[in-house]
Amino acid sequence: MPLELVEPIAPESPEKEYLWTLNFGPQHPATHTTLRLILTLDGETVVKAVPDIGFLHSGFEKLGEDLNYNQYVTIVDRMNYISPVANEIAWHHVVEKLLGIEITPRCKYLRTIFAELMRIHDHLLNVGAAALDLGAFTAFLYAFYQRELIYDICETASGQRFHPSYTRVGGLMYDVNESFVDKVRAFVKGFPKTHADVTRLLNRNRIFIDRMKDIGVLSKEAAINKSCTGPIARASGVVRDLRKDEPYLAYKDFDFKVICATGGDSLARYLVRMEEMLESLKIIHQAIENLPGGSVNVDSNSKVVLPDQFSTYRSIESLIQHFEIIMPNRGFPAPVDEVYGAIESPSGELGFYIVSDGTERAYRARTRPPSFIHFAIFPDLIVGHQISDIVVVLGSLNIIAAELDR
Amino acid sequence: MAVDLSDSVILTQLDRLANWVRKNSLWPMPFGTACCGIELMATGASRHDIARFGAEVMRFSPRQCDLMIVAGRVVMKMLPILQRIWLQMPEPKWCISMGACASSGGVFDTYAVVQGVDRFMPVDVYIPGCPPRPEQVIQSVIDLQEKIRKTGTLIGKEFRERKASEAPLPLALELAPTETVISPGDFATGTRLRDEGQ
Amino acid sequence: MKHEDIVAHLKSRFGADGFATSEFRDNRRIIAQPSNLFAVLASLRGECGFDSLIDITAVDYLYYPNAKDRFGVVYALLDSVSGERIYVKTYLNEPELAVRSACSLWQGADWMEREVYDMYGIVFEGHPDLRRILMPEEFTAFPLRKDYPLRGRGERHNFPVLTRAEG
Repeated sequence: MPLELVEPIAPESPEKEYLWTLNFGPQHPATHTTLRLILTLDGETVVKAVPDIGFLHSGFEKLGEDLNYNQYVTIVDRMNYISPVANEIAWHHVVEKLLGIEITPRCKYLRTIFAELMRIHDHLLNVGAAALDLGAFTAFLYAFYQRELIYDICETASGQRFHPSYTRVGGLMYDVNESFVDKVRAFVKGFPKTHADVTRLLNRNRIFIDRMKDIGVLSKEAAINKSCTGPIARASGVVRDLRKDEPYLAYKDFDFKVICATGGDSLARYLVRMEEMLESLKIIHQAIENLPGGSVNVDSNSKVVLPDQFSTYRSIESLIQHFEIIMPNRGFPAPVDEVYGAIESPSGELGFYIVSDGTERAYRARTRPPSFIHFAIFPDLIVGHQISDIVVVLGSLNIIAAELDR
Repeated sequence: MAVDLSDSVILTQLDRLANWVRKNSLWPMPFGTACCGIELMATGASRHDIARFGAEVMRFSPRQCDLMIVAGRVVMKMLPILQRIWLQMPEPKWCISMGACASSGGVFDTYAVVQGVDRFMPVDVYIPGCPPRPEQVIQSVIDLQEKIRKTGTLIGKEFRERKASEAPLPLALELAPTETVISPGDFATGTRLRDEGQ
Repeated sequence: MKHEDIVAHLKSRFGADGFATSEFRDNRRIIAQPSNLFAVLASLRGECGFDSLIDITAVDYLYYPNAKDRFGVVYALLDSVSGERIYVKTYLNEPELAVRSACSLWQGADWMEREVYDMYGIVFEGHPDLRRILMPEEFTAFPLRKDYPLRGRGERHNFPVLTRAEG
């Protein structure tokens, strides 16, 4: 039978001696790594939830002041570790905005392919982990198998499965070859079957729907007021997607839809993510079939791009350019100003606010973390629900601890 | 706690049996904090299956596990919790420090990240990598199995003998008092250490 | 509202020298005084339609070339209907490191201001619950200030050591 919301008891009322405190500690399988909730419960109903975060705060922003624009991409990778290349694309998008560099069409298409692959990657983990937390282990294994294929694609392009640090200022680390294109095509062909399998397992599953429907409802006004973006806001009816509203990379060339829902509950967020995966697949298919030729890095005479290995060893100008960029206390000049830029990452609007003082290091590299902002809405979503719904709501919000704490 | 048997008693065949049993059923306690936690999940998933090596159930209850895999960077706010969970695990227990961040701080040489979990906790196997491939994780479990086979005992004698920590000294002891800002806080409630002489 | 209309509206409310404007790439900035910052934000929210707060952050300009003030606080706003963005900045100096909290305007400001307080020590007056969010409660310094070293001052290793011999 469907769950009913119980009237919560206010913490200051005289009946409050019935309330007890439970620590949903930082080490818990369902908290998606290190976040802590101090719950005040009335029996099984949550009366108040106070989040305690910072258990993975590693000083990313302080490191941003110490590493140059090409080195910091390795750190930015480790922020939203579920979709690593998306963070790199965001970082270099903003750095190139600051430096005023326009990247080549081939680079734009390749970055778009990676951004959409990472969107599928993130949504697969989110759906898989949400299913795992509710007990549907098979969906988790199916999702992880597809993620292994995406890891293979990343490895073909850059050499590392995970955290490839693939983008550079003005381009990419390496260009891609034929086997990359073949792998992407194979993925595009094989993914819809898994998607259909997971849909068949979960979408009309009575238990799944009962546990997700009307749990954690976020209204449209609340979503806007509380700065929510991404699938969470779109599931509440806010029709905003940075890929369409402020097109970046090559999104203008592709035909895709923006998926929105009006329910605002966990089921709506799940359905939005499932459909977004299919739209991403469409974009990847269009991009890989129309991949432009040309060079991947910006004009090799520019001061910001590393020349390729062949010319570095063969020509003196390239060697000098290589030296000027790599050696410490040299590097490229940047304008002395500040800029904010953002992309549509799988969790929402991932932006960077870079303050530059003219050197090759950022003076201040601030991340606008979608997970941090979305976790702030969690206490309001969970009031009145039961302990078993905490897991559902947390999963649907897609909180990544490293982005939450930085 | 390890049983106190005098050193004149040697139990070879029982030791071998105990080692064989323990090494082939190492139940991991995944202390996954960051990206390495995802690679740990991938190690447990269908392509690289760690269950083939006996690590069948990843129980999140420390009382039921004997192998703690610290996967990911450990921040100073998280360290007392890590120590508390380590103390909650019953003997015999081993620890694998997975990834560069848990072994030495990794890329994060900052004010908040502990530069290596082995400064505060005994570690048996270190896995380099950022993140290590699942094959490396499986190799480390195999290495730990070798270590147990070679040095394990039924009664846990080898655990009693490691009294000194092999880690570098904390920086707070090396800096001049005027240069350190010691963060007060009663971490004693988080970790139950025995007094000297017990 | 378009940017020229917004600037004209703010000029009529606060006078031509109540604030300054600047622009870089596609970021259009309004630089307000700490005293009229809240009023500018309220006016932008109420009358110019900026109903979503994207980010609040702070910058420590201690070693910045040609800097006149030490701290800057930046608000990034978004109009979710038209997609217009605007950035509001203000500069602060010690010892008056306090501004009025924007929590009454946008609920999303809650945790963002806590983080700015935690990392820089800038106090937001009127915030319902201003305490540290990312660092431990008993931490005493403000890490993202430029005079705090990257590797800290020994706090990260000030813990008891467990050896094998303990239980």
